[in-house]
Amino acid sequence: MIPSFGGFGLGLRKPHYADFLDTRVAVDFVEVISENFMVDGGRPRQILRDVRELYPVALHGVSMSIGSADGLDGAYLARLRALVDEIEPLFVSDHLSWTRIEGFSSHDLLPLPYTAEALEVVCANIDRAQEALGREMLIENPSSYIDFAPADMTEWHFLDSICARTGCGLLLDVNNVFVSASNHGFDPIAYLDGVPHDRVRQVHLAGHSRGKELLIDTHDRPVPASVWDLYAHVLPRLGPVATMIERDDDIPPLADLLAELDTARRIASGALREAA
Amino acid sequence: MSLLALQRDMRLWLTREDGDAAARLGDDTAPGLRVYQNNYRAQLAACLGESFERTRDWIGGEAFHRAVVAHVDRVPPHSWTLDAYGRDFPATLAALYPADPEVAELAWLDMALGEAFVATDAVALTADDLTDIDWDRAVLRLTPTLDLGDLTTNATAIWSALAEGEEPPSVELLPEPGAILVWRQGYTARFRAIDQYERQALLSIRAGMRFADLCTAMADAFGEEAGIARAGRMLGRWIGDGLIVAAQPSAIRRR
Repeated sequence: MIPSFGGFGLGLRKPHYADFLDTRVAVDFVEVISENFMVDGGRPRQILRDVRELYPVALHGVSMSIGSADGLDGAYLARLRALVDEIEPLFVSDHLSWTRIEGFSSHDLLPLPYTAEALEVVCANIDRAQEALGREMLIENPSSYIDFAPADMTEWHFLDSICARTGCGLLLDVNNVFVSASNHGFDPIAYLDGVPHDRVRQVHLAGHSRGKELLIDTHDRPVPASVWDLYAHVLPRLGPVATMIERDDDIPPLADLLAELDTARRIASGALREAA
Repeated sequence: MSLLALQRDMRLWLTREDGDAAARLGDDTAPGLRVYQNNYRAQLAACLGESFERTRDWIGGEAFHRAVVAHVDRVPPHSWTLDAYGRDFPATLAALYPADPEVAELAWLDMALGEAFVATDAVALTADDLTDIDWDRAVLRLTPTLDLGDLTTNATAIWSALAEGEEPPSVELLPEPGAILVWRQGYTARFRAIDQYERQALLSIRAGMRFADLCTAMADAFGEEAGIARAGRMLGRWIGDGLIVAAQPSAIRRR
């Protein structure tokens, strides 16, 4: 089982590279998008090496495509393994989704039907990935805009099953729970109570926006109160966990994100005190 | 529906907006499918916009948008990395602008600079490193970041002016076709326009030709004195540009 790490971190994004390298930023870890650094060489890779000397780094992927019916891309796994060996990350994670089928790559996290067949496919793919990487992974619950019917199980039961069968851990994205619950009409509390709490090693917090018909997982604004409330609800049920703010668009000054991270610290402290 | 069939239908919806495929994905999926369709196209458009900045500056935002739409319709992405998606964009632009060769050449330069930026690291040799080399036998190895593209216009001058925020020159056809040399020096991606002789020399060196044989070829083309002088000037420029990363046999003094 993946060792626990309790702390508070940020997603490392380009506008803040210099901040993280020139000063000691008050975070316990940073998370980077794996694919941005799965390159042959040049400045990006060197920046990651330099950051790694100063902070623990979590590698978060978007292109493994663990839901692909035709299996994983061996070349992708080999590149990720090389990065893992060099960076020795805190966690390696990707999403419960698919991006690739028969040579086509969508570059968007596409939804899965929660069927017995999909469970077999996902577990086989996670097994292969974990073998190729030589370590267990964290799998993140996605935001989704389609609820394929009929499903054999809920998303949280699906996650529970893949953890039990593959030994992987969970990256619980609280904003994604809120977005999918709103889009598909399920109870986010039932979801948060239903995931296997002992497998959660990392938590993502982010903002979303309202589209014409659905909530969209945009990561372009501060964490809203609705997501903070869910975070406060689930946190006492988890063990030590690595919490981070995920911001990918309209990226504000680092000070703003650090202030949001302080909010996470305060909520965590209050929720844990209340639970005790 | 099997998972494979579902994923094929999603691909058909994303790449062709196939209504039959969308219908097979279930009732009440239309709003979600529109979100995924929008995300898919927006992601690819953003990738091309970021990777082909000077090309967009040159042809203008609206024309660039039309080219992006044509490319996304024509070329679905195949690689796990978005960085690879732009590789075919110069070909799309060449087809869209057959009478304006500078457009595809600018796009190739944008693309090649992006690729050089993250190409394999290698430490360049300096002139001091090469003082003891046996030039009769020397085979030079060029930086793995090096790339060569076709050049028939003054696209490199246009690119430089656009990058500096200056008024770009009018398009001119070169008297003779040349080439664009792209490489990375340290962490900076660089380029320069070269003639066909230097292009051929670089291709020959990259293929393993001894430098002495290159001198012979240049002497055959330009006469002994002028040819060897020309080869020497090219070598000096290559060393200065950081293009040479190894020389065998290795009588090289590494500092």
